[in-house]
Amino acid sequence: MRFKHVTALGVGIAAASLAVAGCSSSSTSGGGSSAAPSASAYAGPVGEGEGELNVLAWPGYAEDGSTDPKVDWVTPFEKETGCQVNVKSFATSNEAYDLMRKGGYDVVSASGDASLRLVYGGYVQPVNTSLVPNYADIFSGLKDKQWNTVDGVNYGIPHGRGANLLLFNKGENKTEPTSWKDMWESNSPAKGKVSPYDDAIYIADAAVYLMATQPDLGITNPYSLDQTQFDAAIKLLDQQKPLVAEYWADYAKQANGLASGSISQGQGWQLTANVANADGDKVGATKPSEGATGWSDTWMVAKDTKNINCAYKWLDYIVSPKVNAEIAEYFGEAPANEKSCDLTSNEDHCAQFHAKEEDYWTNVYYWTTPTEQCLDGRTDVTCVPYKDWVSAWTTLRSA
Amino acid sequence: MILSRTAKWTLGAVFALVMLFIYVPLLVVVVNSFNVSLTFQWPPPGFTMEWWARAIDNVGVREALLTSVGVALIATTIALVLGTLTAVALTQYAFFGRQSISLLIILPIALPGIVTGVALNTMFTSWLGGLTYLTLVVAHATFCIVVIFNNASARLRRLGGNFVEASMDLGATRTTTFWRVTFPNMRSALVAGAVLAFGLSFDEIIVTTFTAGPGIQTLPLWIFNNLFRPQQAPIVNVVAAALILVSILPLYLAQRLSDDQTGDR
Amino acid sequence: MTTTEAPAGSPAAFLYRHPRARLTGLLALPMTWLVLLYLVPIVLLFVTAFWTTDSFTGNLQRTFTLENFARVLDPSQPFLTTALRTLAVAVSVTVVSIILAVPLSLFLAKIAQPRWRPLLVALVVTPLWASYLVKVYAWRTMLNPEGGFLESTLGFSTGYGWVAVVVVLTYLWLPYMVLPVYVGMQNVPPSLLDASSDLGARSWRTFRSVLLPLVKPAIIAGSVFTFSLSLGDYITVQLVGGKAQMLGNVVYGTFATDLPFAAAIASLTVLIMIGYLAAISRTGALENL
Repeated sequence: MRFKHVTALGVGIAAASLAVAGCSSSSTSGGGSSAAPSASAYAGPVGEGEGELNVLAWPGYAEDGSTDPKVDWVTPFEKETGCQVNVKSFATSNEAYDLMRKGGYDVVSASGDASLRLVYGGYVQPVNTSLVPNYADIFSGLKDKQWNTVDGVNYGIPHGRGANLLLFNKGENKTEPTSWKDMWESNSPAKGKVSPYDDAIYIADAAVYLMATQPDLGITNPYSLDQTQFDAAIKLLDQQKPLVAEYWADYAKQANGLASGSISQGQGWQLTANVANADGDKVGATKPSEGATGWSDTWMVAKDTKNINCAYKWLDYIVSPKVNAEIAEYFGEAPANEKSCDLTSNEDHCAQFHAKEEDYWTNVYYWTTPTEQCLDGRTDVTCVPYKDWVSAWTTLRSA
Repeated sequence: MILSRTAKWTLGAVFALVMLFIYVPLLVVVVNSFNVSLTFQWPPPGFTMEWWARAIDNVGVREALLTSVGVALIATTIALVLGTLTAVALTQYAFFGRQSISLLIILPIALPGIVTGVALNTMFTSWLGGLTYLTLVVAHATFCIVVIFNNASARLRRLGGNFVEASMDLGATRTTTFWRVTFPNMRSALVAGAVLAFGLSFDEIIVTTFTAGPGIQTLPLWIFNNLFRPQQAPIVNVVAAALILVSILPLYLAQRLSDDQTGDR
Repeated sequence: MTTTEAPAGSPAAFLYRHPRARLTGLLALPMTWLVLLYLVPIVLLFVTAFWTTDSFTGNLQRTFTLENFARVLDPSQPFLTTALRTLAVAVSVTVVSIILAVPLSLFLAKIAQPRWRPLLVALVVTPLWASYLVKVYAWRTMLNPEGGFLESTLGFSTGYGWVAVVVVLTYLWLPYMVLPVYVGMQNVPPSLLDASSDLGARSWRTFRSVLLPLVKPAIIAGSVFTFSLSLGDYITVQLVGGKAQMLGNVVYGTFATDLPFAAAIASLTVLIMIGYLAAISRTGALENL
């Protein structure tokens, strides 16, 4: 094969691409507007199941016994309702969003950094909470929030919550840290051993720190940053970079680093600390004085689902006291259902995860998708939208 | 080849070192399958048989294994047909565009998996109605073609045209010649190619992530989903250790098969 | 298939008289497959690189723009540097693989007892079958700078970073280099090597002037695998690269939210690969791939 053939093929591909790209320059794909969504919720009543349900879930949220035969709450649901469940798990909110957009799923467990995108993109429908009896027992601190409710319309059922804590290796940190400062400041003793979360939404963690250390920036909601505030957060992240050992995306990797001491401090989950401590008390977890970001996941229903009855049966089942308790323990989060706290196998589960302490959650800022229209109510400025968060994060990580 | 004693010893030493390089990590996998630590602390704080017991009970692993074998078998079969056809065409005919075709065959493996994955994902989801079992098989078959093609055309080139000509001189048609002369001579190369293609498909994760439909779990996907759940990660080591042990035999047989034909007699 | 004389007018006879038709018949199926199921998606991906997305929902907006490529090629952005680093990793992995694979294959093909050969080759190739992810995780354990396997047994570890990425990728893709090189060496007739010795050449001279030129095409064939597999990797980098990132990570990190940008980055890797294929095609090695 000679050089010119290879080049010719390359040129051919490029030319064909340009031609196609140019031709269709006028059309736009549907469903992409940022206008307020308008759709009506299912009126009910919830009747006979359709026999099938496609579930898109965080790993550990919809266990069917295939990972561990003892961990299975999907099979009882199938027996009870006749809805055959197909589970697909995803690794990141972006992946979940992408899969929902492409269709084929009836329900999804969406974190706050995906839920609003799903609502505004028109991929999910409002949820009629009166058709979900267990909704009544859900902690009020999780209801009608920015990430699950738009203009007073509910778009999903809260599932559970957790805070993104400061995790630390006890050998490296003789006294328990009370501030995020060693993860951010250049003179940190943890230099070279810091582990931040590898996702654009982590920019909000920088904003949380800035809320405490640079009050004159006027940040009140870490997901609602105008250009100046956003730039300050990015600057802080640049400052953090030399401190970083590894960014983490899977918690097994982070737990391994924290337990061995190759990571001194990191932002992570209570669950990660529990895992790292399975071999001994090596890792601590704390919510520093500045507050923390957190997540509250929401079960949402796809707009064009064909299995609406099965979907509503699932929403109710998954937040029922016993099942919600099982999931909360397996996944390591605070349950959404108040009654679940009495049903956990570890009596201290709710205390350990602060499920009932609404005070604890006041300075936990749940993941929310940043939008151009500021979420904190400001109308005199526009805020940096999520796409630019991703773009800035990509640049930061590649540099 | 006449090699000096020193050369032989040096090469032997390099071989031993590379084997060490290859097998120490695999040994770590096997040891970790007995490690009590959920985060694979090293040295292991203790040993347990629990993971092996739990892996044997695990339905998910068995189902994923079957899915993987199924996908790899179908993909390899498709690749065998397409790869052999192309190899015959490209070695026996000279024609305009031959170069471009051999480049096209190489592309699916030469372009990074993530490019192939994203490209197929975009096409399947936005134009062909979503991901299924079939899309996964199609993706795997596509990058397996090149392996079969490589093996088949190498053998065909070595075979040369003499046998074919002799056969046709003796009055056989092209079809008869193919089945009676060409194919039997290619068989061992095809088997070796098929083993490689099967292995390639069996362990593929990147393209698989982008092309598997909902609810379809190949073994690498199962491993991917489970490695990130600490309760499950040790079982993954068991599965990997078992795979290593189980796979030595077929590879050995395949190697003998292709060696019998090519060995420097 | 027992016909020895095809009757005139039968399809076989038609094919016999029309080599073009024979060729078309052979190629129709594979080419349809490859063009429709491979080339078309790749071209579509390139097309996407000239589009943009809605800032909030991430949906494609099919309006022509060059902004994605402008961003990729902008020197004030980090992506060109990332491309260079990625290229450096792919080249290093390939070079190290060659350095290891050539003596290894020489040993297997010319020194090891023929009786043991199949077993030894199987032992070299077996790691291909242990799961990719599991192997990378094993390396993660081995390389841990705090009490990892290497640190506790050898007292030394590279830790997580670029060196670790090259080591692990070499580990993963080495068999793809060994197989073709080994086959290539086996196909070198022993008589040629004997002739070289008879003419007075020492081992090294025979190796360099006779054997190496003969297996060069096989080495290049292997390098296509090691180079491209390294070029597109993103999982190994995540697990043992510390905070390192390669082009694959950028594609993976952005394809869900900003497909056009991911496509533009992907086309950069395609460009590198096409450049590589073009470079080696000058040597004529692809004929032997």
